[in-house]
Amino acid sequence: MSNGREENFIVGGIRRMGASLLFLFKLLGQCVPALGRPSLIIAQIYNAGGRSLIIIMLCGLFVGMVLGLQGFQLLQRFGSEEALGSAAALGLLKELGPVVTALLFAGRAGTALTSEIGLMRATDQLTAMEIMSVDPLRYVAAPRFLGGVIALPLLAAIFSLVGLFGAQLIGVQLMHVDRGAFWSQLQGAVGLGDIWEGLVKSVVFGITCSLIAVHEGYNAAPTAAGVGLATTRTVVASSVMTLLLDYVLTAFFL
Amino acid sequence: MTKPDSLQSASPAPADDVIVDVRDVHYAVDGRAIFSDLNIKVRRGRITAVMGPSGTGKTTLLRLITGQILADKGQVVVLGRDIEQAKSSEIYALRKRMGMLFQNGALLTDMSVFENVAFPVREHTDLPEPLIRRLVLTKLQSVGLRGAAELMPTELSGGMARRVALARAIVMDPEILIYDEPFVGLDPISMGVILRLIKQMNTALGITSVVVSHDVKELATIADDSYLLSGGKVVASGSPKELAASDKEVVHQFMSGEADGPVAFHYPAPDYFDQLLMGEEP
Repeated sequence: MSNGREENFIVGGIRRMGASLLFLFKLLGQCVPALGRPSLIIAQIYNAGGRSLIIIMLCGLFVGMVLGLQGFQLLQRFGSEEALGSAAALGLLKELGPVVTALLFAGRAGTALTSEIGLMRATDQLTAMEIMSVDPLRYVAAPRFLGGVIALPLLAAIFSLVGLFGAQLIGVQLMHVDRGAFWSQLQGAVGLGDIWEGLVKSVVFGITCSLIAVHEGYNAAPTAAGVGLATTRTVVASSVMTLLLDYVLTAFFL
Repeated sequence: MTKPDSLQSASPAPADDVIVDVRDVHYAVDGRAIFSDLNIKVRRGRITAVMGPSGTGKTTLLRLITGQILADKGQVVVLGRDIEQAKSSEIYALRKRMGMLFQNGALLTDMSVFENVAFPVREHTDLPEPLIRRLVLTKLQSVGLRGAAELMPTELSGGMARRVALARAIVMDPEILIYDEPFVGLDPISMGVILRLIKQMNTALGITSVVVSHDVKELATIADDSYLLSGGKVVASGSPKELAASDKEVVHQFMSGEADGPVAFHYPAPDYFDQLLMGEEP
């Protein structure tokens, strides 16, 4: 019995991933014509990015402050508190920035995208577009996907910057780490490769989270329960995929 | 095979007069037949009513006509084009010649009334803004809602939303206008307004109309041809008067709104007493 369930779970998961991939190909085909309508994409960058800005900055600040405290405690044991700047910067740029931003993005912007598109499906708005010979993939899905893909790396960069400010606030202002040492260690330790790694991760997470959000909304059952379920799936699938891909990418960059 | 109670619409129409031709269509969902041997002809310039009890597949028929789904067997020919054979781009081109009024209006909720009506024009033409403005205001005037142009869909009543959707459906001057349950949930005044507008679109603009509904009395006042669906096929066709006069049991039950008859009041179930007494000691 449990074997059957596990098999269903695995087969269902593979089928869902296959459907997502097919949807991605169709979506990418519509992204090119959608680029010709920059106003739609800018509106979606604002929806996915601009409206997530406060929560991203707030969380970035607290994560940076925690990093400052924990980092200081740890480094103090080895008498190398001055390395706090480089530890915080590398942690934020390579890991925490892209990963935590993606998780927050899935919870804030991803769910909004899924429920918006799902409700458009439930209220026949997508069908109405099809009847008006307007492809909803091009008009609704593609701009939202592109908006998310562009917004997430920007949000991750802001998260890392604010986080760094938080770590500096704790390390330098509260724990009295030497300001010059903090910034010079940071400057010496962080290379272009580290920034590149963070950028690649945030772009990959942007594609993944936006694709899952748009796909789940577009294929949601046209009922209240269907939209609710699709929204939950968006958060769960985005979070799991983000952490899984983070491991794969980290291993790749090592 | 039982022949439908063909009363009047069986009167032969010239081939080029038939604008929508549904021929021997079979369609099933998860093995359950929705249509078997369905035949419907919609003639140019006329109002054709498709009626039937709830769950008989009336909306599915509209989805077949608009190419959203394809028949398992048979042919659906719209404006001379076989939907089954048409490529996706051809179906999109065909839809530009159709308009559809949805049951709930299906207005785009993030746009004002004006922008909703202007939406298909902006998407499919390069008309200058002053011309789009004039065109949209003309269509809104024809449904009596020019004054509501700046309102958002959430600020409209059900009847108003449907009138805006009607303005949007006619803004590209379609050849066929399809109405999916246009009277559902409307108060008598709004229902009268929609009825008058359907007739007006047909007479003033010469638009062929397909109206799917179960509001028999309302449809009888405007329809030229009627089809009654039941059990996945046409059980009667003709003018509304002829359907009303039919002595066929299923037609009589539907037209006079009787609770029980060929369309049973009770959904199939096990024996009532057996089920009530199930699990009790004898």
